[in-house]
Amino acid sequence: MTLPIAATDVVIGSKEVLKGLGAIGAGIGYGAAAIGPGIGIGIVVGNAITAMARQPEAAGMVRTTMFLGIAFTEALALIGFVVFILLKFSS
Amino acid sequence: MLLGALQFPEIGELVDWKHFGPPGFDKTVLIVLLSCLFTLLIFVIGGRKKALVPTGMQNIAESAVDFVADQIILQTIGEDGMVFLPYLTTLFLFIFFCNIFEIIPVFQFPATARMAVPLFLAVITWLMYLFMGMKRSGPLHFFKVATVPPGVPKALLPLVAFIEMLQLIIVRPFSLAVRLFANMLAGHLLLATFALLADALILHDGVKIGGFPAWSPLAIAPFAMDIAITAFEVLVAVLQAFIFTILTGVYLGAAMHPEH
Repeated sequence: MTLPIAATDVVIGSKEVLKGLGAIGAGIGYGAAAIGPGIGIGIVVGNAITAMARQPEAAGMVRTTMFLGIAFTEALALIGFVVFILLKFSS
Repeated sequence: MLLGALQFPEIGELVDWKHFGPPGFDKTVLIVLLSCLFTLLIFVIGGRKKALVPTGMQNIAESAVDFVADQIILQTIGEDGMVFLPYLTTLFLFIFFCNIFEIIPVFQFPATARMAVPLFLAVITWLMYLFMGMKRSGPLHFFKVATVPPGVPKALLPLVAFIEMLQLIIVRPFSLAVRLFANMLAGHLLLATFALLADALILHDGVKIGGFPAWSPLAIAPFAMDIAITAFEVLVAVLQAFIFTILTGVYLGAAMHPEH
């Protein structure tokens, strides 16, 4: 089957097409949702390492705060992951 | 065709389990019950003798309590947060046991990867910090301090107050639950994906050379990845239990000391 013929077989709005579009949207959506938190976690951990290197005696406190910061930043990526699961598997 | 038989299962097949025993009972419920039992046993066995020099189970119980007291309560609430020590220690150990079942053979599933478990824990935390805040400073004062940050221009106040209110009532418990749930589900999916790849390469390989699946030596790669992820998931299990508990501490601290 050549490509033009295959293209005419596609019924817009059919179940397969909707499923495929849902999968594309889910993939792009999760990828986009991971960009910001990725940069954010990099900034949080980078600055935490700088702080620990400058003041090793405060490392414990810095580590706790770092995990807190990571948790808050990461939440956005995880919400993206949940949206991905919902789009991919519920449509 | 290579990997012609590789079919990634629907998400339902990865988190739904066969019912057995009494109605509504399945593997998730069993794991939750076992986690409760383990948490209980640590303290029942550990607290039986009360020796001055702790040994065995008493050692585990005392280091868990010390960890929560030093690393979580003193860091986030302060001295007067010690009333929450029993709750936070139980929470930490319970979530940890629920998580660690992810890598225990036979079970291979974290109970916290079902939304009901983290959501219920988050609701308990939510009720607790709202109650503590209202008890400490009265309902009106509590909501005023929580929703009106100092130094906001008058024109922006309705918007800021609305956002802060939304954050206090909906976003906090929701993000608390989703963080734990999504982390554990993601770990479970990763483990399942690489196990499936190894399985497909060994058992369902279409290309055969003299009856021997030709690509099966490649299965060592996903298998090694599975082992690495298993080690990583131990870290995630401890870290997520810690983060859930410390965020509960942070929210309780904010409710107890509204002036900060």
